[in-house]
Amino acid sequence: MQNLTLAQISKGLEAGEFTSVEITQHYLDRIKQLDQGENGLNSFITVNEELALAEAKAADERRAAGNATAWTGVPIAHKDLLCTDGTLTTCGSKILSNFVPPYDATIVENFKKEGAVCLGKTNMDEFAMGSSNENSYFGAVKNPWDLERVPGGSSGGSAAAVAARLVPAATATDTGGSIRQPAAFTGLTGLKPTYGRCSRWGMVAYASSLDQAGPIAQTAEDAAMMLNVMASFDEKDSTSIEQPVPDYTATLNDDIKGKVIGLPKEYFPENLDPEMASVVRSAIAEFEKLGCTIKEISLPNTGLGIPAYYVVAPAECSANLSRMDGVRFGVRCEDPKDLEDLYKRSRGEGFGAEVKRRIMVGTYALSTGFYDAYYVKAQKIRRLIKNDFVAAFNDVDFIMSPTTPTPAFKTGEKTGDPVEMYMEDVFTIALNLAGLPGMSIPAGKVNNLPVGLQIIGNYWNEAGMLNMAHQFQTATDFHKEAPAGIDSNR
Amino acid sequence: MEWEVVIGLEIHAQLATKSKIFSGSSTAFGAEPNTQASLVDLGLPGVLPVFNKEALNMAVQFGCAIDAEIGKVSVFDRKNYFYPDSPKGYQTTQLHHPIVGMGHIDITLEDGPDKGVTKRINVTRAHLEEDAGKSLHEDFQGMSGIDLNRAGTPLIEIVSEPEMRNAKEAVAYFKKMHSIVTYLGICDGDLSQGSMRCDCNVSLRPKGQEEFGTRTEIKNVNSFRFVEQAINCEIERQRDILEDGGSIVQETRLYDPNKNETRSMRSKEVANDYRYFPCPDLLPVVIDDDYIEAIRSHLPELPDQKKQRFMDDHKLSEYDASVLTASRELAAYFETVAEKCGDYKLATNWVMGELSAAMNKSDVSIQACPISAEVLGAMLLRLKDETINGKGAKTLFQSLWEKQSDDVDALIESLGIKQVQDSGAIESIVDEVLANNQAQVDNYVAAAEDKRGKMLGFFVGQVMKASKGSANPGMVNSVLKTKLDEKC
Amino acid sequence: MALDRSDIPNIADLARLAIAENDIPQYQQELSNILELVEQMNAVNTDDVQPLAHPTDAVQRLRADEVTETNQREKYMQCAPAKEEGLFLVPKVIE
Repeated sequence: MQNLTLAQISKGLEAGEFTSVEITQHYLDRIKQLDQGENGLNSFITVNEELALAEAKAADERRAAGNATAWTGVPIAHKDLLCTDGTLTTCGSKILSNFVPPYDATIVENFKKEGAVCLGKTNMDEFAMGSSNENSYFGAVKNPWDLERVPGGSSGGSAAAVAARLVPAATATDTGGSIRQPAAFTGLTGLKPTYGRCSRWGMVAYASSLDQAGPIAQTAEDAAMMLNVMASFDEKDSTSIEQPVPDYTATLNDDIKGKVIGLPKEYFPENLDPEMASVVRSAIAEFEKLGCTIKEISLPNTGLGIPAYYVVAPAECSANLSRMDGVRFGVRCEDPKDLEDLYKRSRGEGFGAEVKRRIMVGTYALSTGFYDAYYVKAQKIRRLIKNDFVAAFNDVDFIMSPTTPTPAFKTGEKTGDPVEMYMEDVFTIALNLAGLPGMSIPAGKVNNLPVGLQIIGNYWNEAGMLNMAHQFQTATDFHKEAPAGIDSNR
Repeated sequence: MEWEVVIGLEIHAQLATKSKIFSGSSTAFGAEPNTQASLVDLGLPGVLPVFNKEALNMAVQFGCAIDAEIGKVSVFDRKNYFYPDSPKGYQTTQLHHPIVGMGHIDITLEDGPDKGVTKRINVTRAHLEEDAGKSLHEDFQGMSGIDLNRAGTPLIEIVSEPEMRNAKEAVAYFKKMHSIVTYLGICDGDLSQGSMRCDCNVSLRPKGQEEFGTRTEIKNVNSFRFVEQAINCEIERQRDILEDGGSIVQETRLYDPNKNETRSMRSKEVANDYRYFPCPDLLPVVIDDDYIEAIRSHLPELPDQKKQRFMDDHKLSEYDASVLTASRELAAYFETVAEKCGDYKLATNWVMGELSAAMNKSDVSIQACPISAEVLGAMLLRLKDETINGKGAKTLFQSLWEKQSDDVDALIESLGIKQVQDSGAIESIVDEVLANNQAQVDNYVAAAEDKRGKMLGFFVGQVMKASKGSANPGMVNSVLKTKLDEKC
Repeated sequence: MALDRSDIPNIADLARLAIAENDIPQYQQELSNILELVEQMNAVNTDDVQPLAHPTDAVQRLRADEVTETNQREKYMQCAPAKEEGLFLVPKVIE
């Protein structure tokens, strides 16, 4: 049962092959078995068993009453960055370790309206800052493909949970690669939409101008189903763009013959691991077989993506996280002796090391005398990076590259050096700066670890990207492979 | 040494929108704590702001009213600081691209040696921002309570050039801004509820020196009188320090009206670095010429225009016109009275005279005036059509003030002050008076012709007295004159 | 740019972060490394480039001026660490 895709579960529920309560219980059992305890994956922070079963029961009743949608009774999980009314929402942080929001994120509400079942909240790097899910107050998450390796981050919990089939699909968020990189590390399909496609209301902000939610799923078809629900125009979010939401599943089978794929030379550097390069190039060759043409392109400012990101994101987060002050919600330090002490200790004790580093970098970059040299400079670089892509998309329909420079690395391997960890996002980060949509799909393996192919689309072309990915997945089987050790029923 | 005072004001005016600048919470004053604090106002994790259309409208109206450049692209910035009444840890404001750029207003001093002199004060800018909540310092086990009802109320902060040279000018400027925003209806102008607050930047420099001296900022002064007092005592303080050879510390100070002194604000002592940057949750606010012109063409009449109209069309003196237009409510009251009675001169005399005196005596504002403009107009109409005379009008005014009735005509009847217009009736009173005062009649007849005019007054007084004040004085005059002249 | 040791407490103060004295050298090193990475931006001349604050060219949408919120104090204050009489409590605020 656990290898069912969303699409299959949806059909199975509709055909009456199983009830929502049955499938929900199945996943809850798997979570208990594989996620919890000392050797568990630790991909969930909160499992809402009672609520999930109640939702499943309600969904079954709704189906019996004859007003079910494709989603009614389908179980999913939400990244713990999305606020859930009445359910703990920690953002992977100590400072929010007791925070029960009084409202739902728009994305959460969208799923509720459809009658989807939420199994729980997935683990993540604290406030979405990290590329390995080792920065969680609730502990690191293990990669189901190799328990000694990281699942990527910051949506490592969502990725590990879907990879281990603890849930068929999950929401995630991406500020510099946090959907695509974990999807690549766990052999999944992850999509970061165009900035403004999914509402940010109720999604706790890390870097407001970069954050965007999207799905992590087993297939492109499932990702399309997820995006159908996640994407919406939201009046509560000033940066939500009023664009009609297409049915992303409707165009999955369109012909991709004649599509032009750009390969930016900067994304295939000389020092790229040859095995990675070879897996990615053979995936691209598959697209050629499907009738696409390949074109060498250049995105000359690629190398400036990480430097610019590490000004913009810390600057925005330094202000976004100021509300975590122990005054109105969250954890307050013990016995503050005065107001300053309350602020400093609540925050100093409540945030982990990486969050503090980024807040401090952002604080410094915005301070008097440095604003122009750092912040304004980074915004200018951001324009150059965007311009590179805009120019490239005059000539090509899609851009492809490896999602990450290497497959999943070992837990603890990069924690000693923040800058080394930052380089993980070298191929993903520029899209966030430009606001472009990007996805990662499984393209093969290196050393028995999954490798992701990144597909970058033009603004608002999520449907086109999903079409490309689905055609690839129709022709290949990489996406069907599940991590061996975990899947005892295989 | 002779010192020159340099004053600049930053006025915060709460915009009279129904809902907050970035959320749908009510802005009504006086609710139970935190009952008008939404998710957005509380700054809970994950919430986002959406800008209120009416706040934009009002800010642009203000810009047009002070003849300012309007920012066609304005940008919200975050001003970062930690304070419990600032729930997000930053205030959303506008630094580099404000909605209103350089404009100006004219002020006229009400008293002092420069009374009546008009001076132009330039307004550097006005920008939109959100108000903070309130810290309540009553004792909660040694803690402060935070009420965020006010957090997110839209404000415009109006920043003047440092062009005022004494406290009276500063007050005149503050009053003029108050009158402009209330005429526009974009602020209720209620200083006692904090709808308008004023920060005063004060510095001194040796007369003739171009460079500014070090300034201090007196925060949150909330009455016209306190602005004058606070500035004057800050000038004193700075002058004393400078004349003793000391130097001024740039700092934020607070005015204590009870002690009439300013003191340093401890909480603001730590030099802050606000780390402004564009708010990524809000996009640039873009407006076009059509939008601005539509607002400009629908601006209500402003105090200066009204004053000019009163002078040009209704021949009011500049002084009367200034006083009557200083507040929107007074001007509206006056115009209603004038229109109702059809005589601006008469309305001016009564509003500036009897009414002002009565209001001063009872310390009531025009809003709380017991006689409505319609009623006063109706009364003056009866004076004008000679139903009553001046004396009767004073009696009537007193009754109206005491709220005996609002029905002018009924009161005229019940008070018996209707003017006697019947010439027969007047003639018989005159005859009676003349008969009862033979000696005075004889004196009149004997007097030289040029002295008789003065002596007539005695008879008029007697006739009015005999008629209980209700005779038409004009008619009394002419009847008396005719009858007396017959005897000569 | 390499930060001085003394920069760290200043930055931490501005950001209201209590950091242990022992941790200062590590922060100094790590933050300096990050700034060094960031300064790779200086490799390009951007004199004629307009800063980009938002990835899309969208402009601010305007909300109608309507009161849409009702009193939800009980619910919204449920997660407050300290409260009394409908107020959030903090150590005494000094003006």
